[in-house]
Amino acid sequence: MPKDGGIGASSKRREDVRFLTGDGNYTDDINVNGQTYAWFVRSDVAHGTINGIDTSAAEAMDGVLKVFTSADFESAGGIPCGWQVTDRHGQPMQEPKHPILAEGKVRHVGDPVACVVAETLEQARDAAEAVELDIDELEPVLDMKAALADGAPKVHDELTSNLCYDWGFVEENKEAVDEAIKSAAHVVTLELTNNRLVANPMEPRVAVADYNRATGDYTLYTTSQNPHVIRLLMGAFVLSIPEHKLRVVAPDVGGGFGSKIYHYAEEAFVTHASKVVNRPVKWTSTRSEAFISDAHGRDHKTKIELALDENHMFTAVRTDTYANMGAYLSTFAPSIPTWLHGTLMAGNYKTPVVYVNVKAVFTNTTPVDAYRGAGRPEATYQLERVIDKAARELGVDPAELRRKNFIKPEEFPYDTPVAVTYDTGNYHATLDKALEMTDYAGFEKRAEESKARGKLRGYGLAHFIEACGIAPSNLVGQLGARAGLYESASVRVNATGGITVMTGSHSHGQGHETSFAQVVADMIGIDENMIEIEHGDTANTPMGMGTYGSRSIAVGGSAMVRATEKIINKAKKIAAHLMEASESDIELKDGQFSVAGTDKSVAWGDVTLAAYVPHNYPLEEIEPGLEETAFYDPSNFTYPSGAYVCEVEVDPETGKVEVLGFTAADDFGNVINPMIVEGQVHGGVAQGIGQAMLENCVYDENGQLLSASYMDYTMPRADDMPMFDVDHSCQTPCTHNPLGVKGCGEAGAIGSPPAVVNAVIDALHRGGFTNVEHIDMPVTPARVWAAMNS
Amino acid sequence: MKVTMTVNGQTRTGEAEGRTLLSTFLRETLGLTGTHVGCDTSQCGACVVHVDGKDVKSCTMFAAECEGTEVATIEGQAAPDGTLNKIQQAFQDYHGLQCGFCTPGMVMSAAALLRDNPTPTEAEVREYLEGNICRCTGYHNIVRAILAASGQEVPAVAAE
Repeated sequence: MPKDGGIGASSKRREDVRFLTGDGNYTDDINVNGQTYAWFVRSDVAHGTINGIDTSAAEAMDGVLKVFTSADFESAGGIPCGWQVTDRHGQPMQEPKHPILAEGKVRHVGDPVACVVAETLEQARDAAEAVELDIDELEPVLDMKAALADGAPKVHDELTSNLCYDWGFVEENKEAVDEAIKSAAHVVTLELTNNRLVANPMEPRVAVADYNRATGDYTLYTTSQNPHVIRLLMGAFVLSIPEHKLRVVAPDVGGGFGSKIYHYAEEAFVTHASKVVNRPVKWTSTRSEAFISDAHGRDHKTKIELALDENHMFTAVRTDTYANMGAYLSTFAPSIPTWLHGTLMAGNYKTPVVYVNVKAVFTNTTPVDAYRGAGRPEATYQLERVIDKAARELGVDPAELRRKNFIKPEEFPYDTPVAVTYDTGNYHATLDKALEMTDYAGFEKRAEESKARGKLRGYGLAHFIEACGIAPSNLVGQLGARAGLYESASVRVNATGGITVMTGSHSHGQGHETSFAQVVADMIGIDENMIEIEHGDTANTPMGMGTYGSRSIAVGGSAMVRATEKIINKAKKIAAHLMEASESDIELKDGQFSVAGTDKSVAWGDVTLAAYVPHNYPLEEIEPGLEETAFYDPSNFTYPSGAYVCEVEVDPETGKVEVLGFTAADDFGNVINPMIVEGQVHGGVAQGIGQAMLENCVYDENGQLLSASYMDYTMPRADDMPMFDVDHSCQTPCTHNPLGVKGCGEAGAIGSPPAVVNAVIDALHRGGFTNVEHIDMPVTPARVWAAMNS
Repeated sequence: MKVTMTVNGQTRTGEAEGRTLLSTFLRETLGLTGTHVGCDTSQCGACVVHVDGKDVKSCTMFAAECEGTEVATIEGQAAPDGTLNKIQQAFQDYHGLQCGFCTPGMVMSAAALLRDNPTPTEAEVREYLEGNICRCTGYHNIVRAILAASGQEVPAVAAE
């Protein structure tokens, strides 16, 4: 029976009403009295020396308040990087300065060089055209391997090379891995590219800053997934504004997918400029700007080797990856190909030894950082592709090869050779579920039917594991994080029983205002509508780390549970006093406090009223009021996993691939709102299918991004997608957080790309194209046709 | 110049330059920020409104072109007391939105589709939405919401 409220119910989203009626409040909807407009002058070359910037004509134009260049930011720091990776030799990564406006050189197309602030947007834009840049173009560095060659031009002249770091993991296992591969019965090798993507949330980035000269307070409205992180990074490292003088508000945010985690130069620009011109300053990104200034995702080149013994048991995995950092280090960029990628290279399998080498490289391209999944899709893609290749080479069933190498349900908690301990999982269950949902046994018959119609049908399976809710803070600190990764919540109970929860998590599509309320309602036994969730404003929420890495319910939800537990404990004391009973006898159920074994009870509202009108109240024992805060720092990651199946038809005449069906059998542990969870999987799978079949960043030899608009970058459209078949009934609850939840935001984007490509390769082999070992993503008709005709 | 149009049944007048787009006029001059701008190449469809009954991307028309027209935006879709219309209610019931940014355009496109084709097939819905990009939902629940709004049988929202 579907529940009608609380944990496990598909409660309708309360936030939908404002979004459906045009009453949302996105950052671009905010206009501050007296506001001015910023328009950036961006580099149109990938690499060059700035000889001069002539702003005189622009400054003389109507409505222009000021034209800013790097000279106006001499006292400001660079945009900081939030994660310092240590290389194989114990040395810190190379970390170049990332200026707010380019200093001396431009390093990618889109690098901001100057910015006009004017009375109107049109005036700012017109004046920007009049700013004259004198730039000597330099040879750009684009290919990662070429960037590391001796004598390659350097993106950053002050660094020794274009190598950010050379990372090995687990370094002590390197020899054992080399030995295992040397002595293996079978070694299967695959070289592949994880294509560069643009996150493309539908809302472009916006920043509006308002400086108050009377108080010295700054307010920044910005499209962020984590307003406190922006306040900390920008305040402490860039502009030297103490946090109590800086309020950062991320109101309704139209999607993020990672790209709105980072502290961007434009945020620091408008904040500083607002003080200089003593007016509010607003910047709204165009989509064209977004393509060249939002951090990109993925962009790995990898060689993976999988060693197997004579019984087809995996004995080692060795990988060699080049990871593109772009021109500057975005906030979390160094952590993605390392700690969010290497630690997942054991997958769902009992591979005894693993060695991952990653060379992170600077190039004259837009910076690359986390995009939905972040490191984990890259890990899953290479592993699940090479396992499929192994099954084909060895002539065994790909499902059976996976199954025999899976960690068994009774083997949890399981210590992997890549430093992480999986707490729970049941990979056999999710695999069986996916095979059952897709009628694996009946596939041959379907393939015959397709063949009769001249089409090649393929079945692609992938199993994945991810690590969510990255923590604990002391561990990530050892790994190089310059931040903690806890989350916070304050639960404020009002006198008449209604509750306001202020969370450090941020909702930009995830529906926290609904699902978080379900949790608190369930714990107290009251109606969800008595609870309001506040988020996104540093002025009224406790310091939090925000939303990314599928962490909100596992970390933010846990903080909220802890704070609510404190509320309940105090409320029980009050109830005990009101009923003249012992606190240990008080039970809370359905919003009623009762004394065990008696018919005495008081309602939730009686207790909350007593807390604020404490006439009959144990004032000598407890304080009045009912408001509690908790910070929750997890003891481990969570490990969602699942089996994904894609079924395709390939047209052998044209190479066109049609996705006939996509099935996801996930283990997210306990689920708070099934409707929202399924929606998250749908969206993630669509992005994964997009990566596998449609999306790609293409740079030309001059470093111009050719796929820099929706005319050129293929966003998945409604008629590109099938209906999805999703299931989350296989549940092995997380053992180390109070809700037993694992997180569901990224799974879809992690498990789906290898399922799609495996299906395409399967179709081609069934069609007799047995020489096709691999096709890089996106598997466009042109690439498939070329592979068939090579 | 002054431009006058009827927006959601009310006569509205505002200043516009020759180059002012309808989307800009609605958002900046009239303060109707429910119409969103998600791109600059008329691809995303977040800005779809109805002009004289026809669904258009409001970034593809100049405000001046709309002189004397009847414009319908997302703000006029619900009843004055806030009660959602059938399409809006179906979007909530079937979880057809997540971040909400593309939603106004989706709802306006869906309204135009269902007016011309009251009981579309799934394929017809998907084809009609070709000009509306959503990054959050994978379209699954948007398609289901529109089919449900058309009165067709659609299975319950989540496997429970």
